[in-house]
Amino acid sequence: MAEAKASRLKQRPLSPHLQIYKPLLTMMMSIVHRITGGALYFGMLLLVWWLIAAAAGPNAYAVVQWFMETLLGRLILFGYTWALIHHMLGGIKHLIWDLGYGFGPVEREWLTVATLIGSVGFTILIWIVGYLVMGGIR
Amino acid sequence: MTDHTPHSMRTPLGRVRYLGSAHHGTRAFWHQRLTAVANVPLTLAVIFIIIGLMGRNHAAVVQILGSTLVAIVMLLFIVSSVYHAWLGMQVIVEDYVHDELWKLVTLIANTFFSIAVGFAAVFAILKLSFGL
Repeated sequence: MAEAKASRLKQRPLSPHLQIYKPLLTMMMSIVHRITGGALYFGMLLLVWWLIAAAAGPNAYAVVQWFMETLLGRLILFGYTWALIHHMLGGIKHLIWDLGYGFGPVEREWLTVATLIGSVGFTILIWIVGYLVMGGIR
Repeated sequence: MTDHTPHSMRTPLGRVRYLGSAHHGTRAFWHQRLTAVANVPLTLAVIFIIIGLMGRNHAAVVQILGSTLVAIVMLLFIVSSVYHAWLGMQVIVEDYVHDELWKLVTLIANTFFSIAVGFAAVFAILKLSFGL
């Protein structure tokens, strides 16, 4: 079956893959959008762990709180925050593109730069507000 | 396999329909966007809720997470984002896993993982809310 199918198909040139293109910001951010999406997929486990611990009782919740306050826990949470915000802003950019707007050579670049600056800015802002709510860094 | 001959009565649309890598139409594409739109306000609300819960003890967290409005927002966020994540991972698998058997296995794993994560989170919030 497979051989019969192959012999009937003409040998056509394949379209070139990613490696022949100059890395552009829009392209790199498109890849980052997928990577952050994949990270958030597994990051859901962290959210579920937190919710189940809260539902299970004070002892289980204390373990989550302890982990989140370690350096590793904070780094993971900081990365999670950035991935979430970046994926959200990148998603809004993709929705704008889906509607057919922002494809010009200038707009597409500044839209992409805005998602990057915005994601870093909002992540830092969220953490500053978070630490203020907790009453300072501890 | 005689579809490609000029004698076929099948329309060009009929020949290509359901042949995409997912064997579905544009439903997945549309639902991905639908949940994406829903996720914007829901994510902002959940970030707001989580900031409010930071550093609080277990009793306070249970009380806030279990309160009606917060629980409803959390449930909407979980359902929308788990569905969004399931669709997204399906696209990633279909793009990179070309072996049919491995594709089947990873697509099944994606569905099992998503349903398990979604149900566990929903159950936890309902338990907090109903105080069982």
